[in-house]
Amino acid sequence: MKIAIASGKGGTGKTFVSTNLFAVAEKEARNVTLVDCDAEEPNVTVFIDGNTISTDIINQHLPVIDKEACVYCGKCRDWCNYNAIICLPENKQIYLIEDLCHDCGACLAACQYNAINEIEKRLGTVTVKQYSDTARIIEARADIGVYSPVQVIKATLNKADNAELILMDSPPGISCPFIAAVVPADYVVLVTEPTPFGLNDLKLSVETLEELEKPFGVVVNRAGLGDDRVYDWLEEKQIPLLMKIPFDKKIAKIYSQSQLLVQEDPIYEARFLELLKTIQGSCKP
Amino acid sequence: MQTINEISILSGKGGTGKTSIAAALATLEKNTVAADCDVDAANLYLILHPNDYRTEKYISGHKAVINYDLCTQCGLCKDHCRFNAIERKPDPDYAEGKISIVETSCDGCWLCSRICPVNAIDMVPSDKSNWFLGNYRYGKMVHARLAPGEENSGKLVSVVREQSRQTADECGAKNIIIDGPPGTGCAAIASLTGANKVVVVTEPTGTGLHDMKRILDLAGRFQVKRYVIINKSDLNTEIRDNICSWCEKEGIPVIGNLPFDPRMVHSMVACKSIQEWAPDSEISASIHKINELLTQS
Repeated sequence: MKIAIASGKGGTGKTFVSTNLFAVAEKEARNVTLVDCDAEEPNVTVFIDGNTISTDIINQHLPVIDKEACVYCGKCRDWCNYNAIICLPENKQIYLIEDLCHDCGACLAACQYNAINEIEKRLGTVTVKQYSDTARIIEARADIGVYSPVQVIKATLNKADNAELILMDSPPGISCPFIAAVVPADYVVLVTEPTPFGLNDLKLSVETLEELEKPFGVVVNRAGLGDDRVYDWLEEKQIPLLMKIPFDKKIAKIYSQSQLLVQEDPIYEARFLELLKTIQGSCKP
Repeated sequence: MQTINEISILSGKGGTGKTSIAAALATLEKNTVAADCDVDAANLYLILHPNDYRTEKYISGHKAVINYDLCTQCGLCKDHCRFNAIERKPDPDYAEGKISIVETSCDGCWLCSRICPVNAIDMVPSDKSNWFLGNYRYGKMVHARLAPGEENSGKLVSVVREQSRQTADECGAKNIIIDGPPGTGCAAIASLTGANKVVVVTEPTGTGLHDMKRILDLAGRFQVKRYVIINKSDLNTEIRDNICSWCEKEGIPVIGNLPFDPRMVHSMVACKSIQEWAPDSEISASIHKINELLTQS
């Protein structure tokens, strides 16, 4: 079973919920893998770490134009939908803007003169860590300066196929990195906070998940901090409210110290275990 | 033409207070231009509630659509697609499965449509995203809404940036306040390029520190002055001190230490900036000082 933990707004508590869920599942001796899909800002290992089993480098292809063979016809430029190739036939100049290349292979297919070869460019890493006998962490980490983390996220998800329970800590937003992480999920837990920003972004996430036809429920973090509009909206839309985590400086402090709430407070250990069971119950057809 | 001061507010980690601080900086002086570059999850409009007088469509890209009247099921498109966006979907009428587009995987590169021997693939524009220009109580605001699941948020950010520069030029505004997205990817990069100053809003948590370093590393690769604001700074004084000493070592000025104050949340609920809601608060006093620092040079 694959469960994605996501939210439109950043900083609502995705990593907080996923690391605590992971810890209770692990304590139950479940075969569990936590995948950190937030490749732009991977944070899971700030809280929990393990022995590194493997680190793979994720590459993309980059075209290299052979200027001996090139006739400057410009077809590769015309086929490149990302404007990554600049070709000036009068001056016999052709070059690539690396950052714009999406590795689609169109230039390669366009060239009739065998003037384009490919090399590899590093995008980031996928690291697998053993946390305990039955539990693993897999981290997607994009290199700084990389435009799109999507290929790194996809490669990371491919590594996580065999666990019985897979938790995916997803990137914020509603665009391509978020989609890449939630598409393989059987169920999505949306984490929000009871503020106008939280509600606004929750609505965007819900709209996206409805379009993808994914089952989902909501965890409200920092309950008591803002207002009640989120609860009214959830009720009106008949969206299941899975859990309310109160706003509490003690919890914030534990989080700030990179510790897990369920390991510090047995009441929350029980509550997160209950959350895990609720999610699994909602998953079954 | 006078030079425009573009101040970009970023954080790496989400939820550290970018938008609250951007809203505060955008409600101090008349004739300011505010640009919301978090096009995925735009929130600044909730505080500034602009009166939009211009709405434009943004074509974020194209998606492949198969015309089954022409398709011969040859599979050449599937062999060429590097995004695994074409599959043979199980279908009672097709023994090998029916050639189909996986819309969420399609990158819109056009290759399939260009190589299809029978021209059976059309590229349909994704035009559900918009950008807006409006007036708010301190000036003009440019913002956008990316349709769910669409690509190229970085390109839309560039459109918002370009439009805000044009607007600032037209109305003689000195400062553009850019509310940036979380992360370090294309949208964050597009929010940085060409800005004069980057303000990284962080919080004293293990993850706040980790992500602050990544976004400052990114910003360091551009010609841009870097500053740090520590929000909710009393949450963990030990990590706050770590952040300060790390920034000192790197030569990055920490220009604000804002304590946790529930009035920050109350102001958001009331759709106001912090100094509009609580002008006498310590945070409001800090915001004035931060603004002086950012706008004087």
